[in-house]
Amino acid sequence: MSNVKAVFKEKHHALKDTRGDRIFHFINLCVLTLLALIILYPLYFIIIASFSDPDAVLGGEVVLAPVRVTLEGYEYIFQRQDVWSGYLNTIIYTVITVILALAVTIPAGWGLSRKTTPGKKFWMLFFIIPMFFGGGLIPFYNVMSSLRLINSAWAVILPAIMSVWNLFMCKTFFESSIPEGMLEAARIDGAGKFRTFFSIVLPLSKAIIAVMALYYAVGQWNSYFNAMIFLQDPTKYPLQLVLKEILIASESTVGGSGETILQQYRQANLLRYVSVIVSSLPVLCLYPFVQKYFAQGVMIGSLKG
Amino acid sequence: MQATKQTAAAAARQKSPKMGFGKRLRNFCDNSPYLLMILPAIIVVFLFNYLPIYGVLIAFQDFMPGDPILSSETVWVGFDNFNRFFSDPQFWPLMKNTFLICIIGFAIGFPLPIIVSLALNAVKRKQVAKVFQTIYTAPHFISLVVLVGMLRLFFGIDGLVNNIAAHLGAERFQYMLEASAFRPLYILSSNWQDFGWSAVIYIAALSNVDPVQHEAAMIDGATRFQRVIHVDIPAIMPMISVMLIMSIGGLMGVGYEKALLMQHDANLSVSELISTYVYKRGLTGVPDQAYATAIGLFNSVINVLLLIIANTTSKRFSENSLW
Repeated sequence: MSNVKAVFKEKHHALKDTRGDRIFHFINLCVLTLLALIILYPLYFIIIASFSDPDAVLGGEVVLAPVRVTLEGYEYIFQRQDVWSGYLNTIIYTVITVILALAVTIPAGWGLSRKTTPGKKFWMLFFIIPMFFGGGLIPFYNVMSSLRLINSAWAVILPAIMSVWNLFMCKTFFESSIPEGMLEAARIDGAGKFRTFFSIVLPLSKAIIAVMALYYAVGQWNSYFNAMIFLQDPTKYPLQLVLKEILIASESTVGGSGETILQQYRQANLLRYVSVIVSSLPVLCLYPFVQKYFAQGVMIGSLKG
Repeated sequence: MQATKQTAAAAARQKSPKMGFGKRLRNFCDNSPYLLMILPAIIVVFLFNYLPIYGVLIAFQDFMPGDPILSSETVWVGFDNFNRFFSDPQFWPLMKNTFLICIIGFAIGFPLPIIVSLALNAVKRKQVAKVFQTIYTAPHFISLVVLVGMLRLFFGIDGLVNNIAAHLGAERFQYMLEASAFRPLYILSSNWQDFGWSAVIYIAALSNVDPVQHEAAMIDGATRFQRVIHVDIPAIMPMISVMLIMSIGGLMGVGYEKALLMQHDANLSVSELISTYVYKRGLTGVPDQAYATAIGLFNSVINVLLLIIANTTSKRFSENSLW
């Protein structure tokens, strides 16, 4: 396929662009560049603001480069116990979620992709219905409550270990990417269904396993709502809930003289920029390296569409 | 050779409707490992998706938190909770707010990824297109808390936007508190975050277009723009239809996660949505769970109906449908 494309590319260059084509390409690139700037500038601004003197940020002096570089914000966040405990909690929740999610989703995707699975049509319907209809928030809360999961870390982890969308993505992958011949060969060699799954299917499925791990990890890393409604004990709060406090809760000042209030205000503001960086850093650092897998995942899922 | 024989035999076994009981049992036992592999997923979906669907029954009851869902003492009240909602003074504002944020979001958020994917696909150097795509998809991985936090930083009273405006001589404006700014901020930030991600699916479809089609069009003298219209768009049309059906199904389905973070007493007249209202009535203050469940159920039923209507319409006028 890529060979065909390469040949095509050469031919493409052989055919001369018309004047209209050149204008089209020029405008196209301009628009795309503008869009890229709209995405990048806010992210860039957060970074330079986090290194700048808070007064310069509030006064509008920071536009293209940091002004009066300071690490004050980073020093301040290192002293915030809640941020680091949230960080640790999020890492723990994310790791457990990913392990359980893979253990649940990957075998289920394989099972659903086989034609001979007993009751396959019924189970397909069983998994499709929740994609379009659900009980809603309150019944969900009541179920969690009757499972005694309120104020338990499991309330954050367990509902996140199965996404039906991801399950169907796995199923589509298995249907299209595992050569039937190899399975047949394994069968003739006397390998059972489980043996075949573990020693033939899994080694061929690194791409989908990576995609699933990433989807589930990012999902758990970024979620706040279940933690907000189920966790009462602040020592169990994940990072996003701590961030919500820092970024979004009303500007509460402890009080004191006007100068102290002002001081607190600029410190709180600086802390916001720094906390955005510190919390998004792991995801955004990993992102360029794993981006191709994310895109791959969407493509796997869309094969059928 | 033997393999083909066996597959044929397996196919025959599957097709013949009248299998002996013993054979069927053996067939079931043979394939039961697959069921075992699905079992954990079945349990999780049953617990967290099906039990709540059962719990919806409380929408038709006079329910106090802690009551069992079905018992001899259950008081059934029919559609009372729904009728209460229809006569709630909040009913029309909620419907309007939910619908407006969805429809405006759809009007911008649906075409944008399609246009972006076509534009990216038209870039000659694939390396360059890759770089753009990497940049565009990055904000998808920012959490909602951080996104709304960023909105506050940029649109706050001494945020960047106000600083620039003040520099140009305009007055400072409390965007985050202003009701009129809620919808634009909500929709634009959603698009900022997700247009690149939503484009990926179309880019995938475009990469499957047979190059021969482009070549033929070029030999016929088509310009690049004409090729976008006559080759690329028809190629992604099935995908566009499917996404359109899904979007219409979601026209009343906006969630609470982001709206809750952006809500403020001052913008409640536009930022209170059906989903956030369900959360507030059901889980905060003095919870009225039966009432909140009824509202949520009403909303889900609307969503399912919209989806069915969209799918049926699409089926009638084209070959594309979800089922």
